[in-house]
Amino acid sequence: MSTETLTKHHDAHAEHGHHDAGANKLFGFWIYLMSDCIIFATLFATYAVMVNNTAGGPSGKDIFELPFVLVETALLLFSSITYGFAVISMEKGTKSAVLGWLGLTFLFGLGFIGMEIYEFHHLITEGFGPQRSGFLSAFFTLVGTHGLHVTSGLIWMLVLMYQVATKGLTSTNHTRVMCLSMFWHFLDVVWICVFTIVYLLGAM
Amino acid sequence: MSKTLSDHGTSHGNVKTYMIGFILSIILTAIPFWIVMEGGASKTTMLAVVVIAAVVQVLVHLYYFLHLSTSTDQRWNLVAIVFSAVIILIVVVGSIWIMWNLNYNMMVR
Repeated sequence: MSTETLTKHHDAHAEHGHHDAGANKLFGFWIYLMSDCIIFATLFATYAVMVNNTAGGPSGKDIFELPFVLVETALLLFSSITYGFAVISMEKGTKSAVLGWLGLTFLFGLGFIGMEIYEFHHLITEGFGPQRSGFLSAFFTLVGTHGLHVTSGLIWMLVLMYQVATKGLTSTNHTRVMCLSMFWHFLDVVWICVFTIVYLLGAM
Repeated sequence: MSKTLSDHGTSHGNVKTYMIGFILSIILTAIPFWIVMEGGASKTTMLAVVVIAAVVQVLVHLYYFLHLSTSTDQRWNLVAIVFSAVIILIVVVGSIWIMWNLNYNMMVR
């Protein structure tokens, strides 16, 4: 490991200016995530206002299946830890391990999105689409926005795996992996709020 | 070494910190799901457990996965998230408060 650290250190020196730019990019990305937080906050506020407006349609208690949501939650949590291992492998400089962990993270994320699409499709075919009531509009908007974020994260992960595979663990790719890391863990934090406020409080 | 220091916003953690975060998250997910699915507890107890577990789990994620801390290289990330938290509080609490009052005064319920 020490030799790898040394070579990486050398690289970091060679691209020192580049590296500071990387740190700035990470901070800038963090600011973007904070603004994204506010988008989700407004959607959560809308949901909280609309939750009782069921217009004679189903309430959360009628349509939410907690065991299903628990599996979704587990998939997202596993994808968080596997991404963490991808970052650790990157620090050790093992490219194949980074690609392996990113691939595993991608599969967990894909499983999550697959389950969400299945749930949405199931609700819509039952006649409980977003047009049914204010509650369902707010539900689909909030959970759907999170789902869209995860989908963008998955597309980004594919592109990043290609970039790491072709260009290797360069300083630019290092910054990219760290940005997606923040994005991915941030989405898991948002999901904690979703499963608590929407599903658990809804099913109580 | 100087790399990790200069790389603010990215103190990377190690296998141990990630695993601690992961195990805490599993526990903090299992407890609220279990208490709601069991359904035996009173509504107030359930509400309290579910909300506390969520808040703690968000903090666990921020600390162990997003590596947010009070250290100097994380200072500005922390300032940004505290500021966002204030805005979020105003937006969420304000909306719920106003809309609840509106419903109450219009006797919609």
